[in-house]
Amino acid sequence: MAAVTNTIFSPATAARFDRLVTLYPLKRSALVPMLLYAQDEIGYVSEAAIQEIATRLDLFDLDVRSVLSYYSMLRTKPAGKYNVQVCTNISCMLGGGYDILDHCKRKLGIGHKQVTPDGQFSLEEVECIGACCWAPAMQVNYDFHEELTPEKVDGILAEYAAGRGKDVK
Amino acid sequence: MPRYVSHPDEVIVLKRRHGKGAADIDKYMELDGYKAVQNAIEQGPDWIINTMKASGLRGRGGAGFPTGMKWSFVPKQSAKPKYVLVNGDESEPGTCKDHVIFLEDPHSVIEGTMIAGLAIGAKMGFIYLRGEYRYLLKIVEKAVADAYAKGFLGKNIFGKEGVDFDIVTQTGAGAYEVGEESALMESLEGKRGVPRIKPPFPAVVGLYGGPTVINNAETIASVPHILLMGGEEYAKLGSERNGGTRLFGISGHVERPGVYELPMGYSLRKAIFEVGGGVKGGRQLKAVVPGGSSCPVLKADEIDVGLDFDQMGKAGTMLGSGGIVVLDETVSIVEFALRTIKFYQHESCGWCIPCREGTDWIKKTLTRVYNDGGQKKDIDNVQYLAENMMGRTFCPLGDAAAMPTLAFVKKFRKEFEDYIDGKKAGTPLMTEEQELAGAAH
Repeated sequence: MAAVTNTIFSPATAARFDRLVTLYPLKRSALVPMLLYAQDEIGYVSEAAIQEIATRLDLFDLDVRSVLSYYSMLRTKPAGKYNVQVCTNISCMLGGGYDILDHCKRKLGIGHKQVTPDGQFSLEEVECIGACCWAPAMQVNYDFHEELTPEKVDGILAEYAAGRGKDVK
Repeated sequence: MPRYVSHPDEVIVLKRRHGKGAADIDKYMELDGYKAVQNAIEQGPDWIINTMKASGLRGRGGAGFPTGMKWSFVPKQSAKPKYVLVNGDESEPGTCKDHVIFLEDPHSVIEGTMIAGLAIGAKMGFIYLRGEYRYLLKIVEKAVADAYAKGFLGKNIFGKEGVDFDIVTQTGAGAYEVGEESALMESLEGKRGVPRIKPPFPAVVGLYGGPTVINNAETIASVPHILLMGGEEYAKLGSERNGGTRLFGISGHVERPGVYELPMGYSLRKAIFEVGGGVKGGRQLKAVVPGGSSCPVLKADEIDVGLDFDQMGKAGTMLGSGGIVVLDETVSIVEFALRTIKFYQHESCGWCIPCREGTDWIKKTLTRVYNDGGQKKDIDNVQYLAENMMGRTFCPLGDAAAMPTLAFVKKFRKEFEDYIDGKKAGTPLMTEEQELAGAAH
């Protein structure tokens, strides 16, 4: 591994990366998880993160960018502290997923892939998140919230706004 | 947290440990966990493969390929290391069964992976979960660490000299396409998840160029149960050439949605009206998407069919991933077809032109119809586009987009024509705002 002397990541994440590259027959296999963990820490995949990951994996930064642009969860701009992802795919749609999405839009005052001015919330319409039998559903960061109603969404968003929701890590 | 459901018609094999805290390794062992793999070490690869063949287990990801046969294709001698790959990239709309398995019984996936490894002579397995399943990844990671701590994974597992097996967990980062086996291998090798041309098949040239068995998470989780009860016994639970039971996710307009374990061949009508509690609010059934969004829709009068791969095939649809999505009389098929193709257009990886362009043009055409700008010939165009995607792509995503589209326009052609004439059926679910957001999606 190319030496990384000045990591931009926290000691825990850096240690995780040190271990990740040893797990696979080819260390490049660590790329997708590393990008996601980098995003979890920074809030997005920053230029510095791309450079460091490329160095750690002996890749060109172009290789990293090529993979980064493929996966829908990865982003190169900050999202809100709490990224609200509302599923509107078939089962959720039948259960009122679009009403939930519209409710979130009105409540947060933002649209798809936008961030509130205070940086607290961002909103995304997402494809199936694997909660079809408990529709309509959404994820806030990685936490699932299911069998939603507009009232239930109000309560959930209030919890996050009050800082009582789980952090991304 | 997924709500646990049950019904008297369920035949419990895979769900045996669900709701009992079996994510804890000691609890799992108390419930006969890690017995099957120890027996498998004693009995050897031929016995495992014969048991799997006798069980009639067919791939639960959607294709329904016989698992025992798949394993037997892996060459015994190989210059390159062999691998077992567990596909937990569950992304087919309507499907949430693997979600429940990872949550309730992660050790069954680990044990199944080890058994698959013993069967083909692999010393390493990977469990790949979709990126959205982070809380489940943590559960699986803990389960793997606990198995290492007990000496069930690593070198000389269960104290058996020379029997080694390692498991690595992996997360995706949001891509339906990665659920396709060769695209998943690309992703696991740290690349864009685009499919590979076949042949060669993974059993010969797979992950890192080595012979690879790739199975759906539910398939793998079924393996320890099959070894414990015997292949023939498991086969008897299901229907002809469709061994055992499987998890069906019943969702949409039903009274009691949930993940139920039903025997293969169980009646689709009963699954909806008895297990699922019937159509919500006592409304009329309009249609069913029987096995995830890629399966051709069945009309209300086509549901007297058994839920197995062969019977569903004869009925002109597929068993798929077991995700049964129920549509009541208020649903507009035009809208439902648009939402379905919107998904495939979003998820097409762009590698094959028929899929990349075909999904986009179908979406554009259906959007025009939906927004009252349609003409009758648009219906023919949609059909023409879908027909020309079929079988012309590296991976089945093109087919997965074309098949439901064809079924919608063929079976509900009158509804499309009426819609264009201004006689709209159903209550809209997608709002004005959404169409605009959808266009930028």
